[in-house]
Amino acid sequence: MQRLQQFAISIARWTWFGILLLLAFGYLASGLSTGSRPSLSQSIDSFFDKSVTQTPIRVGADQQATDPKDQANSGQTSIEHAVASVNQARNKHLNSLDLQSAETANWLTICRRLSLSLVGSGLSLEEIRDLERYPEGERERRHLQNLLHDSRYHQYWAERWTRYLVGTDGGQFIAYRRRRFRIWLTEQLSENRPYDEIITDLITAEGLWTDRAEVNFYTATFDSNDGKADPIRLAAKTSRVFLGLRIDCLQCHDDFLGNVNLGDANEIREGKQTDFHQLAAFFTGAKTNFLQGIKSGTADYRYQYLDEDKETEVEPNVPFHTDLIPEQGDPRSRLAAWITHPENQQTARATVSHVWAIIFGRPISESVDNLPLDQPSHPILNILAEDLIKNGFDLRRLITIITRSDAFRISSRADFPITKKHEAHLGVFPLVRLRPEQVAGSIIQSSRIKKTDRESSLFLQFQKLTGINEFVQRYGDQGEDEFDLESVTITQRLLMMNGKMMRESIESNPVLNTSGHLGMFAEDDQMVIESAYLSTINRYPTPDEVTQFSNRLSESTNRGDAIEDLMWVLTNSSEMAWNH
Amino acid sequence: MSTQTTRWPNQPNKPRLCDVRSHLLSRRTLLSAGTSGWMLSSIAHALSTSTESTQSDPAKPKNVIVLWLEGGPSQLETFDPHPGGIYGGDTKSIETTVSGLQISDLLPQTAEIMHHASLIRSVTCKEGDHERAIYNLKSGYRPDPTLTHPSIGAILCQADQSGADIPRHISIVPNNTPGRGGFLGAKHDAFKVNDPASPVPDINRPVSESRYERRIHDLYSIVETEFKRGRLQKMERDRTLHQSATDAALKMMSSDQLDAFDVTKESIQLRESFGDSPFGRGCLAAVRLIESGARCVEVTLGGWDSHITNHRLQSAGCKTLDPALASLVNLLKERELFESTLLVCGGEFGRTPNINPAEGRDHWPHGFSLLLAGCGIRQGTVHGATAAKPKLDPNKPIVDIENPVTIEDVHATLYTALGLDPHHEYQTPIGRPIKRSEGKVIKEILS
Repeated sequence: MQRLQQFAISIARWTWFGILLLLAFGYLASGLSTGSRPSLSQSIDSFFDKSVTQTPIRVGADQQATDPKDQANSGQTSIEHAVASVNQARNKHLNSLDLQSAETANWLTICRRLSLSLVGSGLSLEEIRDLERYPEGERERRHLQNLLHDSRYHQYWAERWTRYLVGTDGGQFIAYRRRRFRIWLTEQLSENRPYDEIITDLITAEGLWTDRAEVNFYTATFDSNDGKADPIRLAAKTSRVFLGLRIDCLQCHDDFLGNVNLGDANEIREGKQTDFHQLAAFFTGAKTNFLQGIKSGTADYRYQYLDEDKETEVEPNVPFHTDLIPEQGDPRSRLAAWITHPENQQTARATVSHVWAIIFGRPISESVDNLPLDQPSHPILNILAEDLIKNGFDLRRLITIITRSDAFRISSRADFPITKKHEAHLGVFPLVRLRPEQVAGSIIQSSRIKKTDRESSLFLQFQKLTGINEFVQRYGDQGEDEFDLESVTITQRLLMMNGKMMRESIESNPVLNTSGHLGMFAEDDQMVIESAYLSTINRYPTPDEVTQFSNRLSESTNRGDAIEDLMWVLTNSSEMAWNH
Repeated sequence: MSTQTTRWPNQPNKPRLCDVRSHLLSRRTLLSAGTSGWMLSSIAHALSTSTESTQSDPAKPKNVIVLWLEGGPSQLETFDPHPGGIYGGDTKSIETTVSGLQISDLLPQTAEIMHHASLIRSVTCKEGDHERAIYNLKSGYRPDPTLTHPSIGAILCQADQSGADIPRHISIVPNNTPGRGGFLGAKHDAFKVNDPASPVPDINRPVSESRYERRIHDLYSIVETEFKRGRLQKMERDRTLHQSATDAALKMMSSDQLDAFDVTKESIQLRESFGDSPFGRGCLAAVRLIESGARCVEVTLGGWDSHITNHRLQSAGCKTLDPALASLVNLLKERELFESTLLVCGGEFGRTPNINPAEGRDHWPHGFSLLLAGCGIRQGTVHGATAAKPKLDPNKPIVDIENPVTIEDVHATLYTALGLDPHHEYQTPIGRPIKRSEGKVIKEILS
C-alpha cells in the first residue's frame, strides 16, 4: 500500500513537472506573451495573402486621438504649418543653387526610413500587411504614430541619446551605472518629457547614481578625476551636446585661428581659454560624497592658464549671452537655467541638429555638434529650432515635422544625374550606411514575419538582444562616432556572407524563420519572392527580379535551399545595408 | 576596483584635448576657399590621409608585433624587479644576457634573449583607469570624445598600402580592445581572430561552392544592378564600395595565405616552444602572418589585473608570456624578420610599489616598463629607472623616476623606428589637424 502511495506521488510529481515544462516551452517558443495578438498558426498564412481582412494590430492614429499631450499641441494645423515652412525653405535653398529635386518616394520606402530611424530596424511583413489595409495616403502617418508610441522607439533612441550624453565606455566600476541611465532616458522618451526639462535634470542632478539615474551624467566622468566629477570633461560635453559648440581647444589656449568664436550675437569675439574654464567652474559645484552621491555646493575652481605663473581662482561664467544667466542660485541651477533659456537658441539648434542626424543618418550641416555662433545656420535648422522653443521642446513634434517634410520623403532616385551636391543640399534623400545595430536589427527582423518587440516571446527577445550584441561586436561598434560616412569593410562582408547570425536567420527553420514560413504558407513562387523582398528590403520585386528568382525556385530540386539562397542574396545586398 | 593614481589638479598645462602646434589650418581659412566646408573637409581629409611613402624596402616591408598584456602587468614582477626592499614582494631577480641587467625570476627564458631587446623602465601616463589607459597606450593619445585616434597598426597599414589577400592589421584573442582605425577609417580596424587553434571566423562557405556562386551571381547581376538604377552616380566607387569589399572577402576566402593562421603547419617542437596557450599559438601565428603579408599583428594576454594575490596572478601571466616571448624573438631572428619587425611588449600601466592588505598591487601609471625589440631598436639597452624605495608623494608621483618618458614619447619613438615621420599631420574628418604623435623621440633606444 505504501509503495503504491509513493508510486502515485511520484507520478503526480513528474506529471506536474512535465506540465510546467510544457507550459514554459510553450510560453517561450510560441509567443504566449503576445497578449491579444492572433496566434502564430492562425495568422502567419494570412501575411502571404493580401485578400484576408485582418483587424489592424495597433492603430497609432487612434492612440494619438486619446493622447492628451498630442491634443494639447493643437496638433495637425500647427504641424502642417511648420512642415510647410520647412518645405518652403528647402525649395528656396534648392532654387538658389539651381538644383533639381527628386520626386516623392513611395510609401514603403518612406516607412522603411521611419522604422530605421525610430526603432533601428526595417519593417516586418506583419507591419507592411497591416498598413496595406489602409488607404495609401494614410499609411505613412499611421506608421509614424505607431512607432512614436512603440517601446522599441523609446529603447532605441534612449541608447542613441545615451551614447551622445555619456559615451560608450564602462566608466568607473562602482559609481557609474550606464544601463540605469539608459533606462531613465527610455522612461523620459516614453513620457515624451520636454527636452529642456531633461537637460535641467542632468545639469542639476543630485543623489546616488543607483537611486537618481541622471546623476550618472556626472559619475560617467569619475574615471578621469579620481572618483570625482571631472569639470573639464563635463564642460567639453556640455558645450558640444547642449550648445552645439566645439570649444575643446580652449581648454589649453586662446583661439588664434578663428575656429571658435563666442561673445554676444552683436559682438562676436575670439574664444579664450577663460571661456572654457569658466564654464567648467560651474561643475565644481557638484560635490561628491560616497554616502549621498552628488550634492550641490559652491563652485571652487582654480586653474593655471597658459603663460601664467600660478593658479588663479576661476569664477563660473557662460561663454556667450551672459545677459541670460540668473544672478542668484547655486552654480549648476544657474547654468541649467541659462542653457534652457528660450532666448538661448543655441540649445534648440543643437537639439534639432542631433535629432535630424539620427533620422537621416547624417547631419544637416557640416557637423552634428559644431554650429558656430558666427556662421549662418541651415535655414531649415533655424525654423525647426524656433518651432522647438515655441512648443516646449517637444521631441515627438520635432520628429513628426522632420519626417513629414519633403526632405525626408523625397526619393533617393531621380531621372536626372544625382551628384553628392544633390545629397548635401537635400535635393534627393542621401544614401547613408546603416549603423551596426541597425544592420543587426534589420537582419533579425527580416527573419521574422512578425515584429520583434517587447510583446514578443521572451525567447525571441533574448535571441534578439544577444544576437545584436554579438553581431555588433564583430561588425565593429562605432562608439561615439555616430555619423561617419564609412564604407563597408572586409570583416563586415565576411560576417554578412558567412556569419553565424546570418546563417541562423535565413535557414529554413519552420518554427521561427521567415524562410521556413515562406516554404510552408506562401501559395506560389510569386508570393514567396514578394514576401521575401518585403521582409528583407521592404519593397516589392521588379518583374525582372520575379522572373529570375522564379526560375531559381523552379529549377531547384530543394525548394527550401532555393528560398534560403534568395534570403541570403537579399540580406547581403547593399540595399539592405544602406538607408536610401 | 581601487586605483592609486593621482591627478594633480591643473598643474601641468600640457595639451589634453589638442595642441597649439597642431593648428595650422583654421575653419575660417577652409571656408574662405570658396566652396562648402563639408566638401572641402572631405577633400582635405582624403589628401591628408593619402598613402605616405615609407622608407622601407618594398622587398622587406616593416612590420609590428604587439604583445598586449591587458590588465596592467606589474613592472616589479616582470622587467623591473626590486627584490629585498620593502616593495619588492616575493619576486627575485635573475641575470640576463646583458651584463648588469636583471629581470624577474619569473621570466627565465626571456632573460636569455635580452641582448636582442631594449627596456624602457620609466614610462609614465596620466590614466589610471583600464579603458582610458588602454586607449592611451594603443593610440598614443588620451581619450577625446570628439574623435577616435588610430592605433599603431592602423597607422602603419594606412601609410603603406601594399596589398595582401589577408587583412594586414590583425588582432589575435583581442578581448574588447582591438586596434582601431579611428579617424583613418574602419577599413584599418584590426581583423579579429580567436585562438589560432580554432578556424578563422566567418571564412568558410556555409553552402556548397556552386550554390555560393549562384548567390553571388544573383546578388551582383540582379539586386545590386537594380539598386544602382537612378541613384547616386558612381555609387560603388564614391560611396558604398560594396562589390569591392565583397570581392576582397571572396579573395580572402580562397587565398592560400589563410594557411598563415594555421599553426599546425609548424613542427610540434616549435609549437611546444611557444607554450600550449592561445597566447603562445597567437605569437607563432603572428610570425606566419607577417611572412604572408600582414603588417601589424597584435596578440593579447589578459589576467594581469592583480588587485589581490598579486604574486600568484603575475606568476601565472609570466608563465604564459615567457616561453612565447623568447620563442618569438628567436623565430623572428631565424626567419630573418627581426630586422624588419618591431616587437612591442607591455600593458596599459604598471602596478603600485606598495602591496595592499589583500596581497595585491593596484594601478600605477607613474613608472612602468615596456620591452621593445627588432626593427630600428638598439639591442641590450635599458632606458630610465624606478627607485627601489620611491617616496610615493601623491603630489609628485614621478619625482623618483629617472629619465621619465610619456606614452606620446613612446609612440614617437615607435614610428621613428618604423621609418615613419612621427610628426606627420593628418587632417581629421572633424577638420582638426592631428599629428601622428605629439611626443619626443627617445633617441637612446634607437639603433
